[in-house]
Amino acid sequence: MRSSFMTFLTLSGLIILHFSLTNKVSAREITVKPGTEINTLQSAMLLAKNGDIIKVSKSTYFIEDLIIDKSISLIGIDFPILDGQKKSNLLIIRAPHVTVKGFIIRNSGFANIKDKAGIRVEKGDGVSILNNRLESTCFGIYLAKVKGGTISGNTILGTNSVIQSGNGIHLWYSNNLRIINNKISGQRDGIYFEFATHCEIVRNVSENNHRYGLHFMFSNNDNYSYNTFRNNGSGVAVMYTKNIIMTDNTFDQNWGGSSYGLLLKDISKSYIAFNKFSRNTSGIYMEGTSEVKTEYNDFLNNGLAVRMLANCEKDTFLLNNFMGNTFDFTTNGTENLNYLQGNYWDKYSGYDLDRDKKGDLPYRPVSLYSQIIEKLPSAVFLLRSFMAELLDKAERALPSMSYVNLYDNEPSMHIIRP
Amino acid sequence: MHKIIKYVLHDIFRNRILLAYVVLLSLSSFGLFMMNEDVSKGLSSLLTVLLIVVPLVSILFTTIYFFNSYEFIELLIAQPLKRSNILLGVYCGVGLSLLLAFWIGIGLPVLIFDGTIVGWYFILSGSLLTMVFVSLAFLASVLTRDKARGIGISVLLWFYFTLIFDGILLMMMFAFSDYPLEKLTIFMSCLNPVDLARILVLLKMDISALMGYTGAVFNQFFGSSFGIVLAVLVMLTWVLVPIGIALRIFKGKNL
Repeated sequence: MRSSFMTFLTLSGLIILHFSLTNKVSAREITVKPGTEINTLQSAMLLAKNGDIIKVSKSTYFIEDLIIDKSISLIGIDFPILDGQKKSNLLIIRAPHVTVKGFIIRNSGFANIKDKAGIRVEKGDGVSILNNRLESTCFGIYLAKVKGGTISGNTILGTNSVIQSGNGIHLWYSNNLRIINNKISGQRDGIYFEFATHCEIVRNVSENNHRYGLHFMFSNNDNYSYNTFRNNGSGVAVMYTKNIIMTDNTFDQNWGGSSYGLLLKDISKSYIAFNKFSRNTSGIYMEGTSEVKTEYNDFLNNGLAVRMLANCEKDTFLLNNFMGNTFDFTTNGTENLNYLQGNYWDKYSGYDLDRDKKGDLPYRPVSLYSQIIEKLPSAVFLLRSFMAELLDKAERALPSMSYVNLYDNEPSMHIIRP
Repeated sequence: MHKIIKYVLHDIFRNRILLAYVVLLSLSSFGLFMMNEDVSKGLSSLLTVLLIVVPLVSILFTTIYFFNSYEFIELLIAQPLKRSNILLGVYCGVGLSLLLAFWIGIGLPVLIFDGTIVGWYFILSGSLLTMVFVSLAFLASVLTRDKARGIGISVLLWFYFTLIFDGILLMMMFAFSDYPLEKLTIFMSCLNPVDLARILVLLKMDISALMGYTGAVFNQFFGSSFGIVLAVLVMLTWVLVPIGIALRIFKGKNL
């Protein structure tokens, strides 16, 4: 009885040992190097099995539509160059748990119908794309139907061409991805989300893109924080979504006729906090939003700090700082279904007799002159004229002249520091 | 005429008021540039000074100077000099000194802090505006013999160009709001040198992005070299026409 038990133990031990050994053997390293037997990525891919590591030494490799259909790690040593010669995609990942790390990937093709990308991931769950540099690719990193994964530390420099550029990081029907520490410029949209949910976008810099720095469509339950969106064609757009958390971002210098720091269109139940909006034509432009909570943000030196169309409802603005904006708030209606409280407005000229650090008179952020422009767009001709300034002074003396029903009942007397 | 200009310049530079004007302008420009870390923000605050203070001081200083040197002018007329030379001499003297004050007080700080094209437009507009209001002051001065009335007319003119005109324009816009008014406003802006100066500077500044469709129409017009030349020509007309009328009146005036 006892001996049979011992035999069983030894046997099972041996079996475990065997499996662990074979596993170790299967995680081979394959080195791609010019002049050796394996001198192309294609030949390495043929040899590789699931779990292998392919190390690529420094050189230039010309590839086109290289399909990675095994769960391997592709690791560049000293940044080897993958050049697509402007023909098609470069890497196409079709297996789960693939890692691509440390490459310079350049010159993807461009086509009007098919989206050509530097790295294209199709159903490659748990993909890791780390520390690559993508240059002159139409789309940088294109993910379709991917569950989970990390895209981190990549630099994407687009072609800067208006017609021939795609999006830097493009997500379509994907979820649970983490997009961290990437730098994107010269693309159409820096980061584009369509039907992408439960993703995290952290510490990225997206600047000088032609359209949006970040663009959400139908993508719920995502959050983005500590990102910088600077000097993009139209800023950041969040459209047709809900449950988005936007915190600690910087929206800077999105300046131009139809530029926004943040464009919100048909979004609901979202949270915007601790962001800095500076020098944008419109800091936040809100259209059809509801239940969006905005607090502890800084609106500095914007043309229009907030433009809120009349179809917004149940939005709240609490404890924000509004400083140096040409217009603090504009709206196109007279009725207001939103709520403002405790913000700091540098244009507020009321007093605080009871010393509770809240102004005793309500502040009306929609100035009389901006109401006139709303009714009479050509009156913008008088911008910065003595007349326009006098109108706003007159409104302060006679508040009944103003017809927009939007107040901050407890404006803060001091700049708010959270 | 050169001697008259020299004399007038000498007389004005001894005068403390011009110095005070230079100090006021430099204080406001340096102050605004240093208070705002952002240069374009400082420039846009300085625009208010340019559009309100510069015309006011130009027109008032000139009118008061003209009436204060009335006896001197009478004395010159007794000499064998052409009347037009006398008036133009005084005009050039006053105009030059005010221009100089503007260049030192605002031009120099603007170039130091913002040497871009916006700054040059700013200086161009300010210089033209100064001359326009000096011309208007001469017109106001020769219209009457009474100093108080002369100053009254000057203040009224300033008030008209900085405020009343815009008020009328706004009322017109309301009345005809069903029609496209952009072309009309371009025309109307030519009737007011202050508006013209403002638009010229504003279109070069970032803030023009706020002006939407109207701004786009203006930019299309005033952004072209034709538009700029036209605007400068219109401003020059605003300099020449009042002083021309003033000359005619002054020639036939019974002093």
